[in-house]
Amino acid sequence: MQDGRQSIEGMLSPYRALDLTDEKGLFCGKILGDLGCDVVKIEKPGGDRARQIGPFYHDVYHPEKSLHWFAFNANKRGITLDIETADGQDIFRKLARSADFVIESFAPGYLDELKLGFSELSLLNDQIIVASITPFGDTGPYRDFKASDIVAMAMGGLLGLCGEPDRPPVVPGFSASYLLGGIEAALGSLMALRWRRIRGRGTQVIVSLQDEVLTASWDAASYWGGSKMISKRSGAFSVRPNVSYRITWPCKDGFVTFFYFGGQTGAEGNRALVEWMDREGIECGRLKEQDWSSFDWDKLNQDEVDYFEKPLLPFFMSHTKAELYEGAIKRNIILYPLANAEDIVNNRQLQARGYWTELDHPELGARIAYPGAFVKASETGCTTRRRAPLIGEHNEEIYAKELGFSKEKLATLRQAGAI
Amino acid sequence: MGQGPNEIHLFEGIRVVVFAFLGVGPHSAKYLAEYGAEVIKLESPSRPDPMRMVPPFRDNIPGLERSQMYSKIDNNVYNMSLNLKHPKGVNIAKKLVSQSDIVIDGWTPGTLPKLGLGYDDLKEIKPDIIMLSTCMQGQTGPSSRHPGHGVTLGSLSGLNIVTGWPDRAPSGISGPFTDVVAALFSALTLQAALDYRSRTGKGQYFDLSQYECNIHLSAPRILDYLVNGREAARQGNRCSYAAPHGVYRCRGEDRWCALAVFTDKEWRAFCAVLGNPLWTEESRFATVVSRVEHSAELDSLVETWTVAHPPEEVMAAMQNAGVSAGVVENGRDLWEDPQLKHRNSLCQLEHPETGEAVCQRVGVSLRDVPYELRRAPLLGEHTEHICQRVLKMSDDEFVELFSDGVFD
Repeated sequence: MQDGRQSIEGMLSPYRALDLTDEKGLFCGKILGDLGCDVVKIEKPGGDRARQIGPFYHDVYHPEKSLHWFAFNANKRGITLDIETADGQDIFRKLARSADFVIESFAPGYLDELKLGFSELSLLNDQIIVASITPFGDTGPYRDFKASDIVAMAMGGLLGLCGEPDRPPVVPGFSASYLLGGIEAALGSLMALRWRRIRGRGTQVIVSLQDEVLTASWDAASYWGGSKMISKRSGAFSVRPNVSYRITWPCKDGFVTFFYFGGQTGAEGNRALVEWMDREGIECGRLKEQDWSSFDWDKLNQDEVDYFEKPLLPFFMSHTKAELYEGAIKRNIILYPLANAEDIVNNRQLQARGYWTELDHPELGARIAYPGAFVKASETGCTTRRRAPLIGEHNEEIYAKELGFSKEKLATLRQAGAI
Repeated sequence: MGQGPNEIHLFEGIRVVVFAFLGVGPHSAKYLAEYGAEVIKLESPSRPDPMRMVPPFRDNIPGLERSQMYSKIDNNVYNMSLNLKHPKGVNIAKKLVSQSDIVIDGWTPGTLPKLGLGYDDLKEIKPDIIMLSTCMQGQTGPSSRHPGHGVTLGSLSGLNIVTGWPDRAPSGISGPFTDVVAALFSALTLQAALDYRSRTGKGQYFDLSQYECNIHLSAPRILDYLVNGREAARQGNRCSYAAPHGVYRCRGEDRWCALAVFTDKEWRAFCAVLGNPLWTEESRFATVVSRVEHSAELDSLVETWTVAHPPEEVMAAMQNAGVSAGVVENGRDLWEDPQLKHRNSLCQLEHPETGEAVCQRVGVSLRDVPYELRRAPLLGEHTEHICQRVLKMSDDEFVELFSDGVFD
């Protein structure tokens, strides 16, 4: 277990980002923060709406207790600012003068209306990089269409591939499009950083959630574009041109994912699994003589597939997911449990690599473990080192210490509802 | 695309050597390649990228140059054939790295060090080299060599168990989703490393575990378990703070439209699109809380309307009224989608073996920053080019190595 407070310099430590995003883009600032960037989350006075997204600490519905907020706003400082007031806009411009990145996920054109869009900001600071996370891009026929996660997932093609044939397509349960959009916005921002280095000025980064989902919707576009075929959702099964085989299997206490992987990659594990099943008295028949290095689903018919799969169900049902996974690691079998949070927290590989990072939440009297580095770097740090900000926690630090606002001015701004 | 001959490319002068197959490494290199880096991928006839055997194949005819997955991922790359089992092959790889900026390693942990091409070896010949190794579970630890792939890693990372219907087994997320996430994290790590090198002159080594970066996507659910002891349940298409929220059957075979109604204002607009039928005025649908509570009944009533219309019509009418709605697009819809066309997200590029080949541009776009798209290369297409232009080999030297089997 790492202590988040001890950290070495991150790759992005000279830079600052102003984070105006809602739940569609919160992950972007988190990632930049993991790499050492000084990320300032700008919330509406009273706190962002995203603080109302559950789950909540000890199930107490409270804007300072959203675990969703904790997860995607760690490593950020936080100030309150209403950019719809003239005073708020003034302050935002001041902040933008010395910032490197502005990250936003408003409807396209909203910041331009407030005269805070890329073109205005770049007049104040030609080094500024503005990353815009949009549903469909900043131009084009669907520019002003709305998209929540399920709609972006639908229109990027991934939703149609998820779920079972006898029911409607089903959306992955973790707002995948928002998270992909956040990662891509961080990536685009860093590409823009290089552009700034070689061209001497910043630029605008456009992320379209629809495009992000398209990136993840694997072979849908290739099937139609390459052979005029429609890929369809097949749930727990993989459907090949001639046969289909199961990927998700029930076991004693949950589910595991397994299929005989063809070629050299899967050969050792397939052979070992058959031996294991055979030793436990499961009838494996011809599978014991199978030459796995030449195994290929596309050379089988469905009866043969059924024969290959027959021993799997009774075998899996007689073991827990932990037993199966342990055995799979030992034997190089390509099998994973369908892990829940408990399985992930207890995973030995993650523990051996010192993955988890504990952060103090003094106001809750708690210390909570967070996912750690998304990459291990030899020279620099990538870590979760600071818990998510409380509402307006760093107003003093930024407004008084950094911008030099007097107590009186701060009081006026507060009463005017600007901060 | 869209750039004149005098324009500067973002990654002009950056050379990348790719020791990686399938999804993650090549996909992360795309971000460099489409924006002007010289990306050289090493493959060989004795060890081609297995992605070349991944369907769909152009016109359903299998072949090494026909995979439309390969063509989609490996565009803009130079392809060099090099047999690393040959000692001279390793020397050539070293020479290439000594003139490069970035090395992407996507092979099984330990493979490159065993060949004398590990980070410690490469740092000797190019001190500021940036090297990123990406694999399933990281280069170290008890499971580092456990084989796996992106089609099922979503299970280990906690993404599959929360995807599906509450009354059924998890259906899981389709395709190698975690590969895509790892590719984006790899690409952004390389960007940060280039900036760090510009500032400090230092290169470095990265160990990126696909498992570790994907767990970040499950972070709120992990915190929920750690502090509340709760495991998240599968929700189907339900949302705890919006209704209607789901996927609704429309006119046509297997045609669907996704709808998401969050606020009361959106609810009123939604009802107006339906022509305010009587049931919309029932008190059980009057507030968000009440609509969420009665979402099962609500869903079937909504479907009585959607089923009479094609999904395109449902989407257009709802979006015009300010309600979030979208066609559940299949492969054909994606190619016909006017927005994706507008953004040039998908295209067909001329290809010598297949006539045309599918290409998909990286997701992000940068204002005024030029990019270009070139078709995926044939196996070994640029071997001679790289040997002569980059490695400055003489013709005699090239022929000798060739007959020595170094490029097999």
